[in-house]
Amino acid sequence: MTQRHGTDDGGGTGADEAWELCLYVTDRSPKCLQAIANLRRVCEEHLAGHYQIEVVDLLENPRLAADDQILAVPTVVRKLPQPIRMIVGDLSDTDRVLVGLQLRPPRSAA
Amino acid sequence: MGNTDLMDPVGAAIGPGLDRAPTGINGLDQITGGGLPQGRVTLVAGSAGAGKTLLGLQFLVAGARDYGEPGVLLTFEESAAKVADNVRSLGFDLDELQRDGLLAVLSFQVEPTEIIAAGEFDFEPLFVILDDAITRVGAKRVVLDTIEVLFGAFGADSIVRAELSRLARWLEERGVTAIVTGERGDGTITRHGIEEYVSDCVIVLDHRVREEISTRRLRVVKYRGSAHGTNEYPFFISARGFVVLPITSITLDYGAPEERISTGIARLDHMLGGGIFRGSTILVSGTAGTGKTSLGAHMANAACERGERVLWVLFEESPAQVLRNMRSIGLDLRPWIDAGLLHIWPARPSTLGLETHLALLVQLLDEVTPTVTVLDGIASFADGVAASEVTSMLSRKMDLLKARGITTMATALGNGDDAGTLSVSSMVDTWLLLRNFESNGERNRLLFVLKSRGTAHSNQVREFVLTDRGAELVDVYVGAAGMLTGSARLAQQVAEREAQSRQAEDLETRRRELRRSIAEHEAHFAAAQDQIAAERAELDRVGLRERHQAADTGADEVAMGKRRWADAVPSDGANR
Repeated sequence: MTQRHGTDDGGGTGADEAWELCLYVTDRSPKCLQAIANLRRVCEEHLAGHYQIEVVDLLENPRLAADDQILAVPTVVRKLPQPIRMIVGDLSDTDRVLVGLQLRPPRSAA
Repeated sequence: MGNTDLMDPVGAAIGPGLDRAPTGINGLDQITGGGLPQGRVTLVAGSAGAGKTLLGLQFLVAGARDYGEPGVLLTFEESAAKVADNVRSLGFDLDELQRDGLLAVLSFQVEPTEIIAAGEFDFEPLFVILDDAITRVGAKRVVLDTIEVLFGAFGADSIVRAELSRLARWLEERGVTAIVTGERGDGTITRHGIEEYVSDCVIVLDHRVREEISTRRLRVVKYRGSAHGTNEYPFFISARGFVVLPITSITLDYGAPEERISTGIARLDHMLGGGIFRGSTILVSGTAGTGKTSLGAHMANAACERGERVLWVLFEESPAQVLRNMRSIGLDLRPWIDAGLLHIWPARPSTLGLETHLALLVQLLDEVTPTVTVLDGIASFADGVAASEVTSMLSRKMDLLKARGITTMATALGNGDDAGTLSVSSMVDTWLLLRNFESNGERNRLLFVLKSRGTAHSNQVREFVLTDRGAELVDVYVGAAGMLTGSARLAQQVAEREAQSRQAEDLETRRRELRRSIAEHEAHFAAAQDQIAAERAELDRVGLRERHQAADTGADEVAMGKRRWADAVPSDGANR
């Protein structure tokens, strides 16, 4: 199950390189559905036009969990830009999400 | 399994209770009455390097290889390849088991710094992948090593705790026997207290270093619904994996065979009333150079000659050196080694640690299955170790050997009055003392039988002589000059022989003298008889002549008278 979003308008939000995110879920549990929604919202706000999200259902391919080293769901992996970042949870804590994705420095340091 | 209370080595009756999943670790299965609780989760806690992972792996390998129970390993510690490498030297071929579909290895590297938690999550992928692996290999056993790394990694310990609890229940529902490993905590069994909700059975591994000697111990802290040995049991990680020694509480329930076997020295057998009892324990103590090793070599040689298997443990010397030295007294033990009867194990206990040493011994006994064991130089245990530990160690060792019915000769440095030897002596059946006896500027070896249970034995001292045809026992000279040994004994024997021959010569001389004297006297006597005879003959002749003369004279007078015409006159006055 893969969904791609994104446009080529090159809007330039400060981080205008291509973003590649992968969201691991198991089936359509409430937590996972919430995570998908939260991630899309954050991306639209901060990365509109130059991101793509791949949603991977581990129930369809359990071995991917081992291959991609995913223990918890939902998990977002920022594959690009480097370095790889991993955020675990339903992404309801937007500040943590932004810190995790390095779209904003940690609040304490801001 | 585990429903007999007769053979239980820890003395606690194990009820029928839970079924057991054997770990394949001999001692551990004994302590737990057959293995880990089947279909339950066991926690193995210990500090880093305590052997948790190995215990888990051995459980999996034994299951897959020996008990028809495939397994799944989920490791958070190392990569799957590294885990396989680490245990390959122990003879565990994880790759092969995986190829054969008997094992699935999953590994996760958790780097806390790379993970940020943002909201609610669960460990569903863990369940998914475990479920997949369990189904794939038909697993009955699962090891999670070390699941505690999940704490801290996600910054949400309450979720981790809840998820681990769920995982434990899930594993039980799946019907697999599981081991989870955990790090020891300060004052708690594990750092994060997972023992409280994860397991029905808790095993704690401990690794202590004291006096630069490391000892490993294992304790079953909890075994729900079952009696179990609660003592600390020494264990060792050997070249073939985990060995646990359930020997702390061995009973005195030994058999007592009547059969006697030879020590390899005929006169010693005789001193002991025909040899030593099979299965008994002989202590040979003596100072340096008294021939203890030689005595052991004879014992080993004799057993090999009977076709028995012998384990010879050398604590002080190398096998090559001992073999060479024994050849010099006419014992060539090499053929027995080649024939697979004699196994020599060079072991310097101080480099191993007492428990380790004991563990290795157990393993060797299992492998070699000897009927006779010679422990050469047990006193070298005393190096750097408290005497009480040495004693406890030796008594365990002797218990162990005795319980297996193995005839044992242990040699110890010491003259028999030191505490270590004394404390061991109560455990031995026969105690031989070798002592150097110094006199006339030389040292000689003496052998005493200090005690020999159940045997009428000689109370005499023998001289122990090492010849190029082996060891021999010789009577010492006991006489007016005291006890003599060695060349003094030889000198005394020579002197005695000389005195005897001198005496014999004297008698012969006297005999000759007497004979000569008798002969002389007889000669004299013969001569005298001749003389007597001659004189008698002469005497007779004289008488005859006298009668002839008288007759002649008479006849003359008659004739003259006739001539003179004389009257008849009395003849008796005729010649006056």
